[in-house]
Amino acid sequence: MSTLTAPPPGRLRTILVWGTVALVGAVCWSVLALARGEEVSALWILFAALSSYAIAYRFYSRFIARRVLKLDATRATPAERLDNGVDYEVTDRRVLFGHHFAAIAGAGPLVGPVLAAQMGYLPGTIWIIVGVIMAGAVQDMVVMFFSMRRDGKSLGQMVRDEIGVVGGTAALIAVFAIMIIILAVLSLVVVNALAESPWGVFSIGLTIPIALFMGFYLRYLRPGRVMEVTAIGVAMLLLAIVGGGYVDQLGLTDALTLSKEHLVIGLVIYGFVASILPVWMLLTPRDYLSTFMKIGVIALLAVGLVIAAPVLQADAVSSFATDGDGPVFAGKLFPFVFITIACGALSGFHALIASGTTPKMVAKEPQVRMIGYGGMLMESFVAISALIAAVVIDQGLYYAMNAPAGATGGTVEGAAQFVSTLGFTISPDTLSAAAAAIEEETLVSRTGGAPTLAFGLSQVFSDAFGGGLQAFWYHFAIMFEALFILTAVDAGTRVGRFMLQDTIGNVWPKFGDVSWRPAAWTASAITVGLWGYILYVGVTDPLGGINQLFPLFGIANQLLAAIALTLCVTLFLKHGWLKWVWVPGIPLAWDLVVTMTASYQKIFSDNPAIGYFAQASRFREARDAGELLAPAADDAAMGQIITNSTTNGVLQSVFALLVIVIVANAVLIWVRAIRAGSLPTTEVPHTPSKIVAPADFIATAEEKRELARWEAERDAERREPAGSGR
Amino acid sequence: MKARLAAVRRLLREFTGEARWDDYLARCAREGVEPATRREFERHRADQVAHAPMARCC
Repeated sequence: MSTLTAPPPGRLRTILVWGTVALVGAVCWSVLALARGEEVSALWILFAALSSYAIAYRFYSRFIARRVLKLDATRATPAERLDNGVDYEVTDRRVLFGHHFAAIAGAGPLVGPVLAAQMGYLPGTIWIIVGVIMAGAVQDMVVMFFSMRRDGKSLGQMVRDEIGVVGGTAALIAVFAIMIIILAVLSLVVVNALAESPWGVFSIGLTIPIALFMGFYLRYLRPGRVMEVTAIGVAMLLLAIVGGGYVDQLGLTDALTLSKEHLVIGLVIYGFVASILPVWMLLTPRDYLSTFMKIGVIALLAVGLVIAAPVLQADAVSSFATDGDGPVFAGKLFPFVFITIACGALSGFHALIASGTTPKMVAKEPQVRMIGYGGMLMESFVAISALIAAVVIDQGLYYAMNAPAGATGGTVEGAAQFVSTLGFTISPDTLSAAAAAIEEETLVSRTGGAPTLAFGLSQVFSDAFGGGLQAFWYHFAIMFEALFILTAVDAGTRVGRFMLQDTIGNVWPKFGDVSWRPAAWTASAITVGLWGYILYVGVTDPLGGINQLFPLFGIANQLLAAIALTLCVTLFLKHGWLKWVWVPGIPLAWDLVVTMTASYQKIFSDNPAIGYFAQASRFREARDAGELLAPAADDAAMGQIITNSTTNGVLQSVFALLVIVIVANAVLIWVRAIRAGSLPTTEVPHTPSKIVAPADFIATAEEKRELARWEAERDAERREPAGSGR
Repeated sequence: MKARLAAVRRLLREFTGEARWDDYLARCAREGVEPATRREFERHRADQVAHAPMARCC
């Protein structure tokens, strides 16, 4: 049908606009690829990301929506068919986008890229952008689509129904175990950020009474006024951050300078209490605060970065990428940069939100594109901003903050000395001055990513907005990270409790009753006990908990993505879409290569810095020979390292095995489906949709006309109710 | 302009869940039913929330 006539004006405009976006992207990427040893502005990264997202959204997600999944506006969604005003509910697409984004975004995309900055800025930038376009956003969108076509079934349920009982059971165990690890590692980030930081403890501690106040306000004083109470809460939150600067004058410094061990005890008690208290008291109001902060901070960050336009301090690719001997985490670029970045590029955890919660609220099928794919692009943008914050700070400072205490000895002199062995320079005085600028005792070995990110952000914000408020911005950043994490810990513990009750309820129905106190309390205690134990292991690990546990967290999250993508491939083949199976197939293959390589290295590597078991046996041999190995200071520490490394190794092996079981089970189905051409699935049959709703962020003129016509029709019907009742 | 502001307000209220109350009042008015108090309504909603796990990610 090709003609030689000029394209119509609308089309010409489209070509011009997208040609420009592509050009901007190409220029940004070229600068990033070619610039070496000169000053490179961080804005190149920012705009490379934005233009790539725009193109991917406009073209690739549209291709998936129209050609691959064939999203069908005539088909009623579960929200329309099963609307009950509780979990199934037709929701405005922009509102749902906000809810979905608030549910998927948390501390993961903030922390991962900061740690991955050890490899230089380029590997992280490339993976965050390419990964989200080809893998992360695809996973979220496709899982959401399949769940929506199955009345919002959860990931675990779909694996059981579509792959089999063996795979389904393995998926259930894997999801639970992975969630425990994630909660433990996120809590570890909070503990590391708050330890020995009275300002931080003061302001984070105050979030509990603030949330309680909001809860009671909404329950008794002015029921339902959510916006009002959120505004009050946010104002109190800001006062709490400012107030933290006066802990010294208030005489609270000693009382609020807590050790890591005490913080662990505090967090475990808090997690348990929060999961058994009525949700209106603590969980719901805290969630309002954290959602507001999430959206507010991201907007602030984008503006701040553009105004401050910081210059990149890190190398494009560091020597640790090829040598694998970095102090932040061990291992080479492949596979560990992909493991470490985790949530910002591809996050298995999103599959739990994209199945179950969100698909029950989608008004129209085509909206899955903007909510699933678009929501994940936004998360990736958060990750890119976090990466920028980590690579614009002095790299000597970056390594002084992120090297484990065993390496730096915890002193500014020790840190300066250690950093110089890595080939960077920073003087002890500079380190002390940096800590003083943000009114913290020290910045040495403040591992976990949160303090580094907060420092980077405080630098960006105080450059952008002026006023010499760096200390305020630092604690502001710590506050919002901790707030995200505590919300995830609250909610995650509750989800874990529900899962446990549900599973045990299969054998003992009474235990499955979520309002039966003894069951609720036991299940909560088990969940908290499990993540609390791993958290304690991390906190007391002489080798540095983040260094040891973060890879486990990253691998666990990516393995969960492997489970979700395996389900997607299975459903593609069962539906007979062999032609398009590469859409989830390429990300699955890549993810399996990465996670299996990483798992293999973590289990079998004979390099004690990487392999958990090699590490355990190295310390065991030394102990048997009566020696002490650094950083262990005594025999007890030696024993601790041996136990911890063995525990981590066993967990790592279990995760990898569970995923292998699921994939193996799925391959059987793949073979059968390919042979048969297609297989029956549990998809709900087509029911005609009656409602009208636009598909994308901005409604087209045609959609607006259609919507106006439908609304007028509906209003007319309401004025003259046909027949009896509603 | 006024209509646009009202639409933004409505969107915000939908985001926070406050719009459910508006919808409930509108439905009661349509059906000629005496609405429950705000306190009762919100308590009923809070009970529903209590039985659903809240999904929050890393």
